[in-house]
Amino acid sequence: MNKVFAILWKDILSELRAKEIAASVLFFAILVIVVFSFAFDPEDDTIGLVAPGVLWVAFTFAGVLGLNRMFAMEKEKGCLEGLMLCPVDRDIIYWGKMAGSFIFMIIVEVVVTPIFLVLFDLPLFMPELALIAVLATVGFVSVGTLFSALATNTRAKDVLLPILFFPIVIPVIICAVKASEVAFDGKPFGDMLSWLGIMGAFDVIFLVVSSLVFEFVIEE
Amino acid sequence: MGKDSSTSAYAIEIQQLAKSFGSHRALKGIDLNITRGECLAVFGPNGAGKTTLIKLLATLSRPSKGKIFLTGLDITKEAIKIRHQIGVVSHQTFLYDNLTAYENLKFYGKMYDVPNLEQRILEVIDQVELRNRLHDRVGIFSRGMQQRLSIARAILHDPQIMLLDEPETGLDQTATVMLSDLLKTFTSGSRTVLMTTHNLKLGLELSDRLVILHKGKIAHEDSTKNMELANLQDSYNRYTGATS
Amino acid sequence: MNQTNSLKYNLLLGLSFVLIMASLALVFLYAPTEKEMGEIQRIFYFHVPLGWIAFLAFFVVFVSSILYLRNRDSKWDTLAHSSAEIGVIFTTLVLITGPIWAKPVWGSWWEWEARLTSSLVLWLTYLAYLLVRSYAREESRGARFAAVMGIVGFINVPIVYLSVRLWRTQHPPHLVDTLEGSMLLTLLIGVAAFTFLYVLLAYHRTTLMNQARKVRILRQTLDEREE
Repeated sequence: MNKVFAILWKDILSELRAKEIAASVLFFAILVIVVFSFAFDPEDDTIGLVAPGVLWVAFTFAGVLGLNRMFAMEKEKGCLEGLMLCPVDRDIIYWGKMAGSFIFMIIVEVVVTPIFLVLFDLPLFMPELALIAVLATVGFVSVGTLFSALATNTRAKDVLLPILFFPIVIPVIICAVKASEVAFDGKPFGDMLSWLGIMGAFDVIFLVVSSLVFEFVIEE
Repeated sequence: MGKDSSTSAYAIEIQQLAKSFGSHRALKGIDLNITRGECLAVFGPNGAGKTTLIKLLATLSRPSKGKIFLTGLDITKEAIKIRHQIGVVSHQTFLYDNLTAYENLKFYGKMYDVPNLEQRILEVIDQVELRNRLHDRVGIFSRGMQQRLSIARAILHDPQIMLLDEPETGLDQTATVMLSDLLKTFTSGSRTVLMTTHNLKLGLELSDRLVILHKGKIAHEDSTKNMELANLQDSYNRYTGATS
Repeated sequence: MNQTNSLKYNLLLGLSFVLIMASLALVFLYAPTEKEMGEIQRIFYFHVPLGWIAFLAFFVVFVSSILYLRNRDSKWDTLAHSSAEIGVIFTTLVLITGPIWAKPVWGSWWEWEARLTSSLVLWLTYLAYLLVRSYAREESRGARFAAVMGIVGFINVPIVYLSVRLWRTQHPPHLVDTLEGSMLLTLLIGVAAFTFLYVLLAYHRTTLMNQARKVRILRQTLDEREE
């Protein structure tokens, strides 16, 4: 629907002007990776074993930062109420914000992944990573958008979002890490199919569920 | 069975409206009817339930009990249709700081399916006298200018009903006068207006009728024709138990 | 209505008592000692029922959350809330009895195997459920937020279990899968006993919460009358 696109475009425009989300989230993701590199001995051969984990932990933490901003920005000047006044079904707001979160996260992943691959001395050309990233990111933003809207209406929004978000996305993290492991080890694509399958199921299920319960989260 | 929406003479009908937040009862049974074209001022101290009333009328919140009909439509059943008919101006502007006035209006215009959007944007921006700032970022506007743009946003889709929630908040003298002039052009038309305010003078100037809300109930109702500000102040103090 | 006199309640209380006593007797006196693990294996008769009933409790949270969002009747919210509390307590006990059993039997406090790990995730999910209520700005919103978490959290359970199972197929499961007759009986009575315990606790907690709510409303009405 073009109204979903209107919300998406508004967020893109706003971000292009202020660049507030992209800069901090990008930088944070890179920081996490670097810190992990120091936490584990980078010269040790076993570094390859933890690499997939490091990548996805970085994206999970950075993702929470970005998701938090998604609705925090609407709370200012009461814009969330402005959105709720629009003559649209409430889930249009969900889809619009979800699309925006998805694009922001993908951009962060596209920028950070090559840096990560270089730091960990991994092959740079791994197209399967794109598929893994898309499936995992949809999983993150499907519930992340819902929880961001929820947390924004509470007294401790910065702390509550991770508390709600992390337990629910554990399956996504497990699958993304294991699938990435298959890719990094150069194993055949078939090995990662079950992981991709679970992520796909998670995505579909939670896109539907979140869009259905979203209205209960934003109304007064 | 149910309301015959086409013959309803009232723009806003409120029947036995009650709203509770958990164990806190914000509104305890409001009955109010507002005819088309009428302007009603709602006075009351903080916590009286003014903002809750506006939120319920604006479909932002659901009634705990009672019914609301806007242009004959039941608020719990036809919320989306109703939203096409209402414009809300609050002390918050609902505007995006990083976007220009034009981009803000374009966004809301798309969300409201406003026909001939480009033309309409120019129309409303002229009405609020902000044409020369059309392509400036809202973040750099003064509070008064932001509020004027907020009004432009609210009338963009030409709503029949205007809901104003303490629109004068944060405005200085000059800006308040400008706001008042602007609102007069809206209230004198066929638009129905419900306005909550702390500013007794502003409310008196603009409205045909007034209501004093106190602790979630209507404490007093009156016409504002030929009413003096001093009398209004006395009334207000009396019905809200305030010491003057 | 004086609850302590009602027939249904007394029946519930009586049956619970009988079942719990029977269960204890069976666990410690009747069930045979397991050949490999020894006496410590008896924890199994608490660990497993606790796990299943916790799952039942969270299922109740799931259903009452949906019903609450549907018709906003606060009795569904109190049912969900008390059920979640009991579920969290039971899950905590699962997570405590697990390591106690594991250390002498597997040699390590914790194994990342499917059921235990899923219990851990469940525990985190429903702790978050309880936390959401305290962070909300007011009661009714907190109830709605918790209901959303209750629904999302429960739907996630099979997905978590699946992904953890797949994650850990490299490690053989340690759990007992074949049960001898007497052990099965002990286990089933244990499940029945804990189910009744759950119902009893839920009943008491729900009643308490509902009465607390009524008191709050009465107090508010009184405060207003005074003015």
